[in-house]
Amino acid sequence: MNPVTVENVTVAYHSKPVLQEVSFSVPEGKLIGIIGPNGAGKSTLIKAVLGLVPRASGDVYIYGKPYKQQRKLVGYVPQRGSVDWDFPTNALDVVLMGRYGHIGWFKRPSKKDVEFAMSCLEKVGMKEYANRQISQLSGGQQQRVFLARALAQDATVYFMDEPFVGVDAATEKAIISLLNELKAQGKTVLVVHHDLQTVKEYFDWVLLLNMRKIAIGPTEETFTLENLQKTYGGRLTFLHQQHAIVNQQ
Amino acid sequence: MSETLVSIWTDANTQWVLIGTLLLGLASGLVGSFALLKKQSLIGDAMAHAALPGICIAFLIHGAKSMSWFIIGAALSGLLATFFIEKMIKLSRIKEDTSIGLVLSVFFGFGIVLLTYINHQSKGNQSGIDDFIFGQAASLVGADVKLISAVAVLLIIITVVLFKELKLLTFDPQFAQGIGLPTGLLNGLLMTLIVGVVVIGLQAVGVILMSAMLITPAIAARYWTERLDHMVIIAGAIGAFSGVFGTLLSTTTKGMPTGPLIIVAATIIFLISMVFAPKRGLLVKAIRRSRLRRQVAREQVLQTLYDFTEQEYLQYKTGNGFHEQQIMKKRPISMSMLRKVLRSLEKEELVRRTGDALWCLTEKGLTEAYHITLRNRLMEVYLMNEMNYAHFNIRQDMDLLQLPEKVLTELKQLLKQYGREPLVLPANMNAGKRPYHRYASIGGK
Repeated sequence: MNPVTVENVTVAYHSKPVLQEVSFSVPEGKLIGIIGPNGAGKSTLIKAVLGLVPRASGDVYIYGKPYKQQRKLVGYVPQRGSVDWDFPTNALDVVLMGRYGHIGWFKRPSKKDVEFAMSCLEKVGMKEYANRQISQLSGGQQQRVFLARALAQDATVYFMDEPFVGVDAATEKAIISLLNELKAQGKTVLVVHHDLQTVKEYFDWVLLLNMRKIAIGPTEETFTLENLQKTYGGRLTFLHQQHAIVNQQ
Repeated sequence: MSETLVSIWTDANTQWVLIGTLLLGLASGLVGSFALLKKQSLIGDAMAHAALPGICIAFLIHGAKSMSWFIIGAALSGLLATFFIEKMIKLSRIKEDTSIGLVLSVFFGFGIVLLTYINHQSKGNQSGIDDFIFGQAASLVGADVKLISAVAVLLIIITVVLFKELKLLTFDPQFAQGIGLPTGLLNGLLMTLIVGVVVIGLQAVGVILMSAMLITPAIAARYWTERLDHMVIIAGAIGAFSGVFGTLLSTTTKGMPTGPLIIVAATIIFLISMVFAPKRGLLVKAIRRSRLRRQVAREQVLQTLYDFTEQEYLQYKTGNGFHEQQIMKKRPISMSMLRKVLRSLEKEELVRRTGDALWCLTEKGLTEAYHITLRNRLMEVYLMNEMNYAHFNIRQDMDLLQLPEKVLTELKQLLKQYGREPLVLPANMNAGKRPYHRYASIGGK
């Protein structure tokens, strides 16, 4: 069964369509890049899947059932800029938030939850920073805390919104090795990405998106000049660069 | 004065009023922390001001002073104002601050009109409804206080029980929604908590100052801690203390309104927090900044003297030290700062004076300067080759000399390739180097 199936999803903000009739499904155990120009609706697609923005129409299934029934199977890494990092809390506490869905209402996190959160921090190389106030972490470290929080969700499908934006080289490598580890465990990871240079290196599959789905499939077959032209259409200077990228790889 | 104090402790009504304001302060601190962090401080202000017409209408309908009617009236008109604010933001181009300002003043103005109308009526003068402007805790009677206390306790319990959920909602609402928390409902609940605090505080603190009661303890508490649970507790304590303090002072001083006194107390605590808090306080920050500036200047001066020494060494000459102006030309540093740094370096025996405004490194200073230079230049080559060393997780603030031996050797190799190796070595590392006359142990005269 497909981990994620999206059927005819349309999203509109203030009657302006952002996503139109997007349908696709992805196979299990793959790293999938969601690629497209600015304003193509990449983040919106993730949010629509997770029910964070209302869908004008369409359905989303996680392993064949509506998202609402499958929340515990899904992990989410929002954009780093979406929260106020001056919030009075430390790294461990943020990671623990990933456990909240499992802990349930009113209850406090147990010792086991804390241990699990610590192991997630360790996986992203941030164990020593567990008690650090989050505003005192670098951008890359903050991103890794968000990743650790998603790991703490102990999910099978992960959605990540631009995890590579504004991070240092060390974090980029840490994220990539983590993504590969998740893949090796048979988990499915969808990543919003906009650096075309690294697409072929990082992802098994790509979903090309520009308000509509342009193409989806294994990277070698789908990440072609023709498809990129369809996705980025009209941006000529940019296309030239893409040409170079495709040929070079 | 002492007699009045005694009477306060023995008078049952005053005791109840004190308990009421204490609980009120506690609840405002707790709820206010979330309002502050959710950046909804102004909503509290709007609600408080907007409560006035509701109170007046409740009085007009009921025809007499009644706490429960006032609470209902205040809550309804407060919520109505919030509703208008939110609709305005959603349906027009008006931004939040503007819409809050608009709604707040319209409601408050309407409230004042109603208030004046009531006061002109015959029974209006004794209504005590004026107390709602600035707050008068002494005018509360037992039954009112019990109602206020009960609501305050309820608000406190809700906040404590839902602490985890409210925390996630405040920090990252999207994530909260993603894991299935009913964020709409929780937002509504938080709004209701804010309305609740505002409404029960109106008679003691007054419509004008109630939002300060919500925000001041919370912002003061923020200075003392980096943990939300601690912040909430500290804010509650500050709120409770201010409530009690203001009430005591206003009951002992005739005609003094309670609200302003409570807020003055809270504000004094806030000012103390802002200046003296151990980590975020202005004082500590200023000290830290000046210390950092001194340290940076110290390293820069040592590094500069090292660069000069190195140039001299390369040109096979030994001059009569380096002039202060020369240092200032190379580094952006003020004369007074430079002199201060040089004097303290002299005290540390790292530099010595060789003439009027002329300085050079001592041997001890050379060792220190060598290590500073080495570190800086290693950082340069590291940054040029960052990708190769990504797995070491090097940060800008790290001491590169603490790196594993292998990497350090590699980086030093690169340093040599780029010709950035510091050339003048400290005496104990100088085996077999070309002599240099400035330092006896390196060459000797």
